[in-house]
Order: sequence, then structure tokens, then C-alpha cells
Amino acid sequence: MLTELANQGPAHIQVPQRLRHLLEVAPLTTEQISFILDQAKPFQEFQRHPLKKLATLRGKTIALAFFEPSTRTRISFATAAARLGADTMNLQAESSSLKKGESLMDTVWTLEAMRPDAIVIRHAASGAAHFVAQRVDIPVLNAGDGTHEHPTQALLDALTIRDRKGRLEDLNVTIIGDILHSRVARSNIHLLSKFGARFTLCGPPMWVPADLETLAPRVVRMSRIEQALEGADVVMSLRVQTERLHEPPFSADDYVRLYQLTPERLKKAKPDAAVLHPGPIIRGLEIDSTVADGPQSCILEQVSNGLAVRMTLLFQLVSGLGPDAPHPASGTVQ
Amino acid sequence: MRVVEKRQLLSAEEIERTLQRLAHEIVEKSGGTSNLALIGVRRRGVPLAERLARTIKGFSRVDVPVGTLDITLYRDDLSTVAAQPVVQSTEISFGVDDQDLVLVDDVLYTGRTARAAMNGLFDLGRPRRVRMCVLVDRGHRELPIEATFVGQTITTSDTEIVEVRLREIDNEERVMLVDRVS
Repeated sequence: MLTELANQGPAHIQVPQRLRHLLEVAPLTTEQISFILDQAKPFQEFQRHPLKKLATLRGKTIALAFFEPSTRTRISFATAAARLGADTMNLQAESSSLKKGESLMDTVWTLEAMRPDAIVIRHAASGAAHFVAQRVDIPVLNAGDGTHEHPTQALLDALTIRDRKGRLEDLNVTIIGDILHSRVARSNIHLLSKFGARFTLCGPPMWVPADLETLAPRVVRMSRIEQALEGADVVMSLRVQTERLHEPPFSADDYVRLYQLTPERLKKAKPDAAVLHPGPIIRGLEIDSTVADGPQSCILEQVSNGLAVRMTLLFQLVSGLGPDAPHPASGTVQ
Repeated sequence: MRVVEKRQLLSAEEIERTLQRLAHEIVEKSGGTSNLALIGVRRRGVPLAERLARTIKGFSRVDVPVGTLDITLYRDDLSTVAAQPVVQSTEISFGVDDQDLVLVDDVLYTGRTARAAMNGLFDLGRPRRVRMCVLVDRGHRELPIEATFVGQTITTSDTEIVEVRLREIDNEERVMLVDRVS
């Protein structure tokens, strides 16, 4: 008797095409996103283990190239790498040779010469991660490039939302703040739109220009926060970068009066609306402490989910590659 | 991969009888059920562990705790596989410290899965003892690992594969010896 037998793997799980890099959310399919979020579940559970150290990526090295100051994302990636058993090499903007005028690629090639197995990059220029990915032979993970994208943040936000709401489909999402300069907002809009989300953007007019409505279908702007919050399933508050408040004159007091997320305003949203903030939060400016610490707040879940998502991605992008093995998806940029 | 079925090793009825015997052996050799717990190794070790626990409950009235272990993150061949590894949940709701654990899997072959499973278990605590129970031992060990409880020992060649089909996963129930054809 001749039979076709499935191989020994978990054939009941649909595995999408393997990623070479993680540069942006925009080109990912819903299958790829759902697969990453599903795969993050064991890593969420892992954070509760008494012994938080795997040997899965033992002997691998992850270069953390942060050309822009970062504390939270850098620590999250470094911890994710450490818990998978990988070592990290750290480049930080404050202490780097960038100050001495070295170009982006010269710095990256210097790091690459030390043979890391992947590069995590944050840079102030939009497109920097793509630029690097086209010029190195190892996986590149974008940890934020200018005002373009911050894909791991969008994925950890999606994981947080899915856990809280039980679904990602057809959500009403309200984003409040400096959306123009926010790569977090952009990545979130790209990701949740794929699942049918409707977006309401709200903030000072200079930070919510009309062309944001073209980012995805079903994006509208509203100037009054009470109106913008009406019926929201998810509320995303963004950090106010005080250095930007002076661009056109707009004071912190004005911001608090018009756009602060307060318990009274939050009542306009659905009673079980999830409140997200990418951090660092400035209490009393963009968000009231009662909301930040309240039962609807997901801020600390976002932090722990960040670890799980970054472990998942490092595992997916770095495992399975021998030191000189050609990557199964090599030759393609995402 | 194209494979030819050479012969059936166990029928559904034989699987059932084998599990009955293994359940009794586990309790007998453990001197009872105190601190005893079963850990099913994904994927087909999971239904087997659950069935063993049900059988033990049937004759001893004791609920032996059952956990599920995924070994993907502990595999030693991750640097050689090109396919995307898929991680699944490890669900062990009890503490493993000082427990008398029995790892349950369908087939014992190279011993590498058992090695990975032990690493996974020890990341969760320090069990008092770890033994192994398998439905089929097909030989060809590459590590110094043996199972304490074995359903059936068979001699196989390198190219042969022992295919275990369980109704919970495969909608059929039998064990076959198959061979690769090129």
C-alpha cells in the first residue's frame, strides 16, 4: 500500500512564509501577523517560569545598534536575547562613534565584521532599517526608524489588544496625540487596518494633518476628544514630546485642557475599552494617573508582551541558521 | 516524502491493551501514586499520557496530574533545519519540584527528544525522579537514554519509520512500520 504521510511537524498549524527581516508591518499578511502572535503565547508563559534562561540561541550574537537614544526598547530586546541564550553587542547613540562622524553603513559594517547573527536597529532616519537590510547578509529587525515604523511595538500592541478583547477584527481604535511624528501610530494603523479596524485620530491640528486619512481605509480625524472617544474599543494615548510643543505655539496647559485622557473622557469609550500607551508616559500631561493605573490600562501588559514578541521574532529570524548557511529566504527583502 | 507501509505493528485494540499494561506497570514500579505525575511530550505523547492517567484513575481512583511539554526550544538541531520552527505551549499546572515524573511519548528512537524534554523539565524545577514511558522503542539510540516503561520493542532499519496514529489527532488508531522509497 502506498501512502503519502505528513512529516512529523505540527501539521495542524499553518506556517506562513518565513521572514528574512522585520522591517515594517505594512507588507505583512494577516496570516504572518497571526502566526507571530500565536507563537508569542509560549513565550508569554515563559516569562512566568522560575528559570528564565533558554539555550535556544546559545552561541548566537545579536547586535543592538541604537543610533537614537532608547531605554525601553533596547532593554526589551537585550532581555529577550538574553532569555533565549544569545549574547548581545551594544551600540548606543550617546557613546558611539557616530559623534565622531562615522556614517551609518560604516558603523553597521564594523558591527557586522564581528559576525553577529542579526542586527536590531533604531535610527532617526525613516528607511534606515531597509537601507541596512539591503547591504548586510544577516536578518535586520527594525526597532524604530524615524517617523516610518516601529513594527515590534505594533505587534506587541496587537498581542495586548487580542488578549484583552479576545479578537483583533473590526475594532474601533482611537489614537490621541502627536500622530504626525509617531511611528508607533503608523505601524499600529497598518497592522490593525488589515483586520478591519476603524480609526479615529485626535490631537492638535498640526499633529493630525489631513493626509493621515490616506494611510489606510476607514481613518477619520476628529478635533474634539470626547467625540473621538465615542464607542472606542481601543484607546491609544501617545507620549507628548514636550520639545515639539513649541513648534507652532501650543502649551502643555492647552494640551492637558483639550486632549488629556481623563476618567471622565474615557467614559465616552466602551466600558471595556483597552487603554494603551507605548511609554514612557508623562502622568498629568497626555494621560491622567487614574486612567494610567486603572483597570482599563494595559500599559504594563504591553511591557511584558514586548519581551514575548521580541523573543518570538528573534527566535523566528535567528534560529535555524547555521553560521554560513544560506538563509531559506535570502535574496528577498521581506 | 513517499513511503510504503510494510506492516502493522499494533492495532487499535493492541494499543489499548498495551496502555492498560503500562499504566499498571507505572503504578506498580512507583510503589503507588504519591507524587506521581505524567508529562506528555508534544505531540502524540499528550493523548497517550491522558489515556494512561484515565486508566490509572480507573483502577486506583487516584487523579494523577498530567502536563504537556513542548520541546521545540530545546531541540539540538535548530541550527540545521531550514523550515520555520513552530513553538507550542508547555502546560504544566503543578510544580515539578520533588515530583516523580514519567515522560510519555509515542516512539523512542535516537533519544534526542528525551534529552530535550529533560532540559525543558529541569527549567521548571527539580523533580525527584524522571522516567520514561513509550509505546514503541525502535532502537538506534544516539544518547545514553533508555525508557523504563516500554509498550513494544521492535528492530528497525535506518530508513524505516514507525508511524503512530492516534484517534485524538489522526482520526484513526494504529501503529505502522513504513519505509521510505526514493
